[in-house]
Parts: sequence; C-alpha cells; structure tokens
Amino acid sequence: MDNSYDIIIIGAGVTGCAIARELSKYEARILVVEKDEDVCTGTSKANSGIVHAGYDAKPGTLKAKMNIRGNELMTDLAKDLDIPFKRIGSLVVCIDEEQKQGIEDLYQRGLANGVQGLKILNRDEVKELEPNISDNVVCALFAPTAGVICPFRLNIALAECACQNGVEFRFNTEVTDINESENGWIISAGNEKLNSKAVINAAGCHADEMHNLISDNKYHITARRGDYILLDRALEGFVNHVIFPQPTKLGKGILVTPTVHGNTLIGPTAIDNDSKDEAPVTADGIAKVLEGQAKNVTGLPVKQVITGFSGLRAHEDSGEFILKEEINCFFDCVGIESPGLTACPAIGEYMADLVSSKLQLVIKQQWNGICHDVKKPFEMDEKERDQLIKEHPEYGRIICRCETITEGEIIDAIRRTLGARSLDGVKRRTRAGMGRCQGGFCSPKVMEILSRETGIPFNEITKNGGNSKILTGRTKNES
Amino acid sequence: MRADVVVIGGGPAGLAAAIGAAKEDKELNILILERDHELGGILNQCIHNGFGLHTFNEELTGPEYAARFENQLKDYNIDYLLDTMVLDIAQNKVTAVNSANGVFSVECGAIVLCMGCRERPRGALNIPGLRPAGVFTAGTAQRLVNIEGYMPGKEVVILGSGDIGLIMARRMTLEGAKVKAVCELMPYSGGLKRNIVQCLDDFDIPLLLSHTVIDIKGNERVTSVVIAEVDEHSKPKKGTEQEISCDTLLLSCGLLPENELSRAADVKINPATNGPVVNESFETSIPGVFACGNVLHVHDLVDYVSEESARAGKSAARYVKSGQKPDVNAIQIKAEKGVRYTVPSTVRINELEDDLIIRFRSTGVFKDSYIEVTIDGQQKIRRRKQIITPGEMEQVILKREDLNQDVNEITVAITEG
Amino acid sequence: METRELTCINCPMGCRITVKLDGDNILSVEGNTCKRGDTYARTEVTAPVRTVTTTIKVINGVQDRISCKTKSPVPKDKIFDVMEVINKVACEAPVKIGDILIENAADTGIPVLATKNVDKI
Repeated sequence: MDNSYDIIIIGAGVTGCAIARELSKYEARILVVEKDEDVCTGTSKANSGIVHAGYDAKPGTLKAKMNIRGNELMTDLAKDLDIPFKRIGSLVVCIDEEQKQGIEDLYQRGLANGVQGLKILNRDEVKELEPNISDNVVCALFAPTAGVICPFRLNIALAECACQNGVEFRFNTEVTDINESENGWIISAGNEKLNSKAVINAAGCHADEMHNLISDNKYHITARRGDYILLDRALEGFVNHVIFPQPTKLGKGILVTPTVHGNTLIGPTAIDNDSKDEAPVTADGIAKVLEGQAKNVTGLPVKQVITGFSGLRAHEDSGEFILKEEINCFFDCVGIESPGLTACPAIGEYMADLVSSKLQLVIKQQWNGICHDVKKPFEMDEKERDQLIKEHPEYGRIICRCETITEGEIIDAIRRTLGARSLDGVKRRTRAGMGRCQGGFCSPKVMEILSRETGIPFNEITKNGGNSKILTGRTKNES
Repeated sequence: MRADVVVIGGGPAGLAAAIGAAKEDKELNILILERDHELGGILNQCIHNGFGLHTFNEELTGPEYAARFENQLKDYNIDYLLDTMVLDIAQNKVTAVNSANGVFSVECGAIVLCMGCRERPRGALNIPGLRPAGVFTAGTAQRLVNIEGYMPGKEVVILGSGDIGLIMARRMTLEGAKVKAVCELMPYSGGLKRNIVQCLDDFDIPLLLSHTVIDIKGNERVTSVVIAEVDEHSKPKKGTEQEISCDTLLLSCGLLPENELSRAADVKINPATNGPVVNESFETSIPGVFACGNVLHVHDLVDYVSEESARAGKSAARYVKSGQKPDVNAIQIKAEKGVRYTVPSTVRINELEDDLIIRFRSTGVFKDSYIEVTIDGQQKIRRRKQIITPGEMEQVILKREDLNQDVNEITVAITEG
Repeated sequence: METRELTCINCPMGCRITVKLDGDNILSVEGNTCKRGDTYARTEVTAPVRTVTTTIKVINGVQDRISCKTKSPVPKDKIFDVMEVINKVACEAPVKIGDILIENAADTGIPVLATKNVDKI
C-alpha cells in the first residue's frame, strides 16, 4: 500500500469527518486515521444531539462564530446527507425572579452573536408552549433556530460522503508518534509509517496529546464527563423543545429534550473524568441528572428510563475552540467541546479553507455531496414500502421489534460504504438495539446477519471492535 | 385477509388461546401471528424440565410442552403465519408485516393479545459503570446457549434471583462456566425453592441476598463487577463493597409485559401489572380485544398461562359468535391490604359461566397469614397459608352461586394471623 | 454420626431441615413443618437424583444443537459424568422428540432423549 498522502486527518469523529468531506472537494489524496473500529466512537457518539442556536458563547470567539455558521449550514447539510434533523427551538428557562437579568444578558449576547429570531417569553407564553414546565417559571429565552439532530447519522453521513468522494479511512489505527520529515510529516501508528504533506489533528479528547507530540506550546485537555438518561419513546410529546436551565460557570446545565427519534433525553452532568476513553455512568451522575432536571420540568416519568450513558467532552484549558495551523502544515482542531456537533460543518469549511489555500489545492471537476441514509421502510409511504418489500423481501422481516427495524436495513448498514462491523456499528446506523429492550431480543439475530454478511465467524462478532467479543466460545467445550 | 379470531403471538399463551377458541367453535377461522421463525415462544429456549405438572401430569421440558400444543393446531385447523410482526391493532383489525405479504391487514371478529413479556435490561436498572460487552439479560444468554449453542462467558456473576437467572446459573455451570455469585437486591429470592436448591446449592453457587451490583468494570469486555450489601431502602452500604473478577454479568431483574401494541390502541393498562385491565372473560377495555398469559400479568408457571389462555380463547370465540355484550353490572374486584393486584379486575355476573377464579400476587412475604375474600363486606373465604411470597401467584375461587346481580364489590386481602 | 442441613424444595417456605444419620441409617429429621419435608429429606440424603437437561450436537440439522434430557433422574453425583458423555456425542438429523440419543449415559443405565424436533437441512 502506498502510504503517502497529501492530507492525513487524525480522528473520525464529526470534526474529522466534516473536514474530510469539505476537503474531498479538492484534488488531493486524503486519509482519515481512527484508533477505533468505526467512525463516531468518541465524543461524537455520546452527547445531547442538539443543534445550538448560538447565544451561549462569548461574542467574537471562534466558538460563537462556528456555532452560528454551523447552525446555518445544518439545514442544507441535513437534506443533502439525509440526516434526521428537526428545528424544534430551545427555551432557557428562568425559575427565579432574581435571575431574570440572566435571561436578558443571554438575549443580548445572542443578538451580538447574530442569532436569528430570539425572543423573551413571559410565564404564560412559556406555559402555553410547554405545559409540563415548572410552575415556578418566570420567563424564558426562546430560540427558534435551535434543533435536534441524530449525531450518529451526522457523523456517519459525513464520513460516507467523504469516502464516496475518494477519502480513504483506516480504522483500528492509533497514532503513536508524529515526526516532521523533509516534505511533511511521518505519522507512526504502531509499526506502520504514513507520510503526509499536511496533518489535521481532530483527535477529540486526545487532541492535546497529538499536538504536544510536535509542539512546545503545550495544550491540556480535560475529559469532562456528561451522564445522561434516555426515556422511552412512549413519552413522546412530554416536552417539545430543548429545555435548558439558566447557564452557570460550569456549562449549559442539565437539559431535557426530545431526541430527533422521539425519546426524551435528560443530561448532561459535567464531571471531570480520569480517563479519556472510559466514561462510566455513576450513581452520583444519575442522581445529579435527575435532580437537575427536576427544577425545570414537573412530573417527568423517569421510571421509564431505557438506558443511561455518558460521554466525554474535550475541554481545553483555554475554553476556546483552537482551529489553526501550528507549524508547517500541522493543523489543530483542539478543544472541540459543545457546541462542537453544531459547529462541525462550519469547522469543516473553515479548516478546509485553511488547508486548501496552504497546499494550493485545486477544486475537483466532479464532486457528489449527496448521500442517502439506510432505507427505512417504516418511514416511507405505503406504496413505496410495499414496492420495496416486494422487490426486497428482507425489508419485510422485522429484526428489532422495539424500533421496527428490518433485516433489509441491517444488511444495508453492513454493505454500504464504511459499513458496520459490530453490533454498535449496526445500532448507530439503524437504531436496531436502541429501543426499550436494549437489544435483548435482536442482538443474536443481528450477530447472525453480521456474521453472514461479513464472513466474521459468529463467535468473533464484537460489540464495538477490539476485544469486545460478545461470546467466549461454543457450548459442548467446542472451540 | 380475514379471520374470526386473530391471536397475536404463538408462544404458550397464543397456542392455548387459539386452541381454546377452536374448541369452543370448530367452524371459526383462527389465525396466529408469530414474530419468530417458529411457534413456541420462549419455551423453545427453556430446555429445563418442570413444565406441565398441572396440565399433563408429567414433567416436560419447554420444547416438549410447546410441541404438545403445536401438535393440536392441525386437528383444529388453526392457521399461523411465522416471521410476522404485528404493527398495529384496532377493534376488528390487525395490521402486520412479513416478507411474503408485505404490510397487510386482517379484518377480524376478535383479537387475543398474547405478546408475552420482556426482561428488564441493564439500562432500565440504572446500574452504574462502563458499558463493555459481556452484560446480558439472562434470557438473551439462555437463547445464545440453548438455541445458538454459544457461550456468552466463562466467569459469571448473576444479578437477580428470578427463576431464569437461577436456571442459567446451572446451565452455564453444566457447560463449563464458573458462576461466582448470584446477587439479589431483596432480602428474599423471587425464584422457586426448588431452583435455589437444584441450580445453586447443588453446584455450591453462593446466593447473596440484599446485595446488588454497584459498578461494572472493563472497557471492551467485562473484567469485574463490584457488589455491595444494601440496606432496607435498597441503598448500598458503605464498606461492604467487594470486587469480583468475571467476564460476564447476567441480569435476571424482572419481567415486563410487552404492551406497546395495547397502549398504542388505547387499551386500559393496570399500573400494578403493566398489563391490560380485564374482566372475567379476559376482555380488555376495548370490546373484542382479549388478553392472556404474560402480556396480561407475569406468571410463575406456564401451566397457569395455558389454563388462563384457553379460557381467554374461549371467550374470544363466544364473542365472535354472539357479538358485543352490554357492559352491565360490572362488579369491581379490589386488591386490598397485602394484595398487589387481581386478575380479573371486574366481573359481569351475567357472563360468568363457572366459578370465578381470581389470581393475584402479594406485596411482600407473609407467614402464617390468611387470604380473605369478602363480597360486599361479608367474608366469603378465609384460608390460612403458611407462607405467601410475591414470587408465587396465588388464587382463590368464588363459587358461582355466591355471586348474583346484587353484588357490588369483591375484595381480596391478606391478613396476619 | 453425621448431620446434614437441607432446604426443602416443596414450597416457598423453604424449611431448613436437619437430618442426623449414621451411615445410611437416618436417626432423625427435624425442622420440617409438614410430611412432604420429611419424605424429601430422607430421599435427598440417601439417594439424591436429578434430571439432566442440556443440548447435544446435531449433524446436518437446520440447527446444530438440539435439546435433550435424561429419561429419568440420574444420581446427583453423576451429573458431570453424564454431561461429559453428552458433550462428546453428536446425533444426525432428522431427530424427533423422544428419540434415544444415548442408550446408557455414563453407566447410569438411563438413556438420553431428544426433547425437540430438528429437521434435516
């Protein structure tokens, strides 16, 4: 294999993949290296799935600019890449008369950042929009441009689109060293050496380590854990907007929101985590989530929890997005914490500009920015669905009964560009196993399909790559 | 498509309901819709014995028990569709999908809900820790071992001492795994004594009562779990933590009736059972829609599922023949002190053919106590029981002649001696 | 003299029964609250037996494991011997419920029977 590239991007999260897609518009040999087995395995997989309006960040910061621009770009991007996205609007709720000024300040900050459509609603207006909000509500900042998105599809679609336009991906490839060479950089991944003219560091929680390999200007990232709980879709409609408490120094606080798929999500906490890779859910974390949301919303049936999870945000000490060339075509995207998901299309655009002008890249003649999601028979109209099942009977065989996911969808998720290789990979691409039974019924069937389609033996199928095998062997002492 | 009675689910409840309906009227056109590729439901993976003592007077394994019912389908001319998932129910109509027919509707005279139940997964238990491979519900593990023939792990800790958990402790041990402990949050086990002795004691597997799992470790595959003793509020006690190295955690922490279809159709649900509210004929709040088996309330023995479902099937057949009954004089059956719920919840005396069987579960463990049934405040039954536990279903039978049009209320309670 | 502690399996009471015995000679049974407990304890200390239910390999079947059981209970201390024999054997599809898969499991004199039908591929 020829290991020489024009650009190597480290990290296949939303940031890395958004940059990859933008750069795939240019004539260049591009590689994305990822330490895990799939795209969307770090910060990108476990977050609130919110497209923020952009009133939080301080005016003039990159965080503010990228948020606003990312939000603007999201409508078209979601359409082009077939990403579930709903602009449902957000409310920052004030429940204490004395904190009212905070809402006004946030409103002003939003105006300064250029957020469209902001409005301060009085108590009655808030109650009308959200009947289940606390009776103590004083007022709320309403931002109609906020929304909810499927973070998995966003990440996966960006990667699929980059890939269909020629970007290469290597998984299970952990960068262990980076050295400057005569004509660029040598990236070591274990024994393997990769050469590239430019390097883009989009390594999420590990971006400081990547950067510090090549620079004396040291960065420091803290993995800040956010615990969440996810409630059953049966509660759909309990809240209809993203509902934030008033922000504090620690962050935006614990929100409650419908997800784009109709679950109710509560979280996150903000707890500094020892590990950058292992994000445990803790009893304290769950307690904080429940306590945090209780102030804003009344009577949320938290017993209908279907799962708890936590994610790690890459918090750099400066608290700002660091998006720049460090030295000689080594580009950093460091400290991409919230609103990173919202900002990713803008970061992609911004970084692609920096890199393409530096390398003097030429725009391709042909580029395909459209990418379709897995076909979902139960989101189609009847006629279309009947036709699909007639032509492909596997779309009539339900595998995941909780989310009504068919064998056809799972096969598609495996066979498509950068297809799934693990249970989690299938889950993020199709939602099979994301429902109320959490894969209890469907995981053996999904394993069978994975094994049949990929040729990986049944007992080698993993949850998410590496040593995460589901099974340890056969019965009857057979190996 | 058209059928007189559509039975949703081909497990023990569905098979018995379909046969029950056919026995009532051989002319009826009965259709079972089953989502799996074979009939029998969960019985297929319950390869242990102990089924059928009440029904067939012998001890059968799950697959054998299911086969006894499946063999009768032909005799009664009962149709079934496999790999068919019901998407939606309404009065007189069931919508389903499979690969041969696509999405299709069945117009029908009556519906019997027999969807069974599912296990409470890790997520719903709020167990802290990482999310590595190696955490399974006991039922998923049972399927992998008994049907697929694969081992989900070698060193196992089990949380929850329900019967499936106990059965899996033995099953994993027989296949060469080491089961290190079974932890039970409550101070008593919800499993049968027989299973505690024959699945745990026989193999020296410790049962740790008032214990729970407070942490799961391992980034890729489980490497250990931390367990702790709990106080009377089920909160872990500081200082009692112990880490057990293992590669697998099995969960046997309760079953939930699968009533998503029922809820979507606005069938009234009893919050105590998570199953539909039914009358003496097992009819739900929607006329012509019946429910039985574990979708109605979680049973301890399959024999009771079969018996109850046969009666529900019979009711469905009678409904088809005679049409909707006016809901006159529905007597409430009230679960009083010590009784968590009763099935049925109401009785229409006119519709009661035989004696009234009331099934219920207790709210806790009661020793040397009495099951008391009153009709309009008057004691009708007072039966001494040496022990009553929430793990076992109890029943009382009220004589037909004790019930008449003037009755307003029946209560069931447990009183201490 | 030997003392053995048992849990009765007949009902949820789960009486702790203490059996005193001298060799095979039972001297006393205590702790049970009913007659069934006494009977259970006497069998359990002298000749405990268990039905073994497990799976066995199938060749050319639509599935490659089939469930099976010992036709009657085997001595408790033979459980793992029976398992070892079962684990080594494979049967050929088609198999019907009740088919004898092993004539005499681990010299117990007790056969192993299929408990499920498995068709040939």
